[in-house]
Amino acid sequence: MITRRGLLEAAGGALAFGGGAALTAPARGAESTNSSLPSLSPLLPAGTRAEAVLDTLPGKKPLIKLTYRPPNYESPLAYLRTAITPNGEFFVRYHLADIPEVDAGTWKLNIGGEGANGNLQIGLDDLKKLPAFEVVAVCQCAGNRRGLFEPHVPGVQWGPGAMGCARWKGARLKDVLDLVGLKKEALEVVFDGADGPVLDKTPDFVKSLPVWKAIEETTLVAYEMNGEPLPHWNGFPARIVAPGWTATYWVKHVISITAVTRPFDGFWMKTAYRIPVGKFPLVARFISQETAANTPITEIVVNSLITNPADGARVKAGRKTAISGIAWDGGYGIRSVEISADNGKSWTEASLGEDPGKFAFRPWSYEYIPKWRGKLLLAARAANKIGQIQTQELIPNPPGYNNNVAQTVALHVT
Amino acid sequence: MRWIAIVATLPLIPALARAEEPAVHLKQAPGRDVIEGYCGACHSLDYIMMNSPFLDAARWDAEVAKMIKAYGAPIDPADAKTIGDYLKQNYGE
Repeated sequence: MITRRGLLEAAGGALAFGGGAALTAPARGAESTNSSLPSLSPLLPAGTRAEAVLDTLPGKKPLIKLTYRPPNYESPLAYLRTAITPNGEFFVRYHLADIPEVDAGTWKLNIGGEGANGNLQIGLDDLKKLPAFEVVAVCQCAGNRRGLFEPHVPGVQWGPGAMGCARWKGARLKDVLDLVGLKKEALEVVFDGADGPVLDKTPDFVKSLPVWKAIEETTLVAYEMNGEPLPHWNGFPARIVAPGWTATYWVKHVISITAVTRPFDGFWMKTAYRIPVGKFPLVARFISQETAANTPITEIVVNSLITNPADGARVKAGRKTAISGIAWDGGYGIRSVEISADNGKSWTEASLGEDPGKFAFRPWSYEYIPKWRGKLLLAARAANKIGQIQTQELIPNPPGYNNNVAQTVALHVT
Repeated sequence: MRWIAIVATLPLIPALARAEEPAVHLKQAPGRDVIEGYCGACHSLDYIMMNSPFLDAARWDAEVAKMIKAYGAPIDPADAKTIGDYLKQNYGE
């Protein structure tokens, strides 16, 4: 059995200080100062704006670096103008800094647990022999736009770019679990990745899904992203893809999948990634993990982003201005995107573009002719097919999740 | 018990970190070396600027306590106070 530790040792990492980072140290090159950073919101905390730079991880295009180690890099707005986010432009998010470079030839996936009928270890070739399925789905960090919370809350101060949408290909998690068979008492399925903490006492990043979500036909153990092997920074050689649910469940570099008959009580389930009960209009529940006070974050809330023009752009009075963006939700499908130019008093529907699937980014566009010179505020809000609509007021919650406030950009009309 | 090894070799940690990633320069003030050693062992120090200056004294204390209690940072009370004081004075609200 290959453990995270084993992988690191096999790779000869200088382990004493979490030296996994040494194996994957970014090649430095295309750095720039934050003053030239595109689309860095003025609403981000001052310290975030001071430290954010464009930085290039190996195999990636320049992304907005929020933290070097563990690497937390978001996509600039310009990368989010299409339904599919190319692999090089896709955001990077890790909780813990011991990140091994996994070798596809020796990678093993352990399947079993006390909620399964047996145990099995498979390699990448075995995984690829299972029937392959594809899904186009948004991978969005639960804390996307946390940096825009007011008042600010601690954590990675993400702008709007801790998300992307890709075509994922892999085996159905259900088929993987069927290799060993689930007991009828199985309650949750638990995932561990090859990455881990620097200190043994830091809780390893281990997540679980309720069995019903784990065996949904769109939930994958994915090994391809947009027709290529997963990039290292996005979970090579295989990751969990849980369409509709926030990225916290999309465990990267997955090395073990275990079924359990009791609620999994690791730190990242029991303590982290929880939201107050009843504050968000969520349909999907994770009942075995719920308490009276809080519940694990589950599905992505309905949301949209104006990707063009950028906040602060100059536009001409009397000329058609193309407004465009994307909308997405937890898999119910986008019904409409509306634009307001009068502080939300009236809303007009934008045109929806290509529809790559109910879990994907849905592009939209709108033409607006500014009438008067001066400052123009344009807002966008999306609604989905079960009647959920973006909130106008931030729904406060201590960890800063589910920010789906209808976005407003300020344009200068000249 | 790897944390014992880390504490025993604290001076080495910032040097190692800087060999792997661009340096993040904290303000020069008493306690900076302690921060670089303890905090920098597990994460780059841009985490500190990123969360400033909206954390007041109580919330910086809460962050230090979280690193010790939730994430297992082996920081004794005296060093925790040094770290907390530095953060409040240099990166506090």
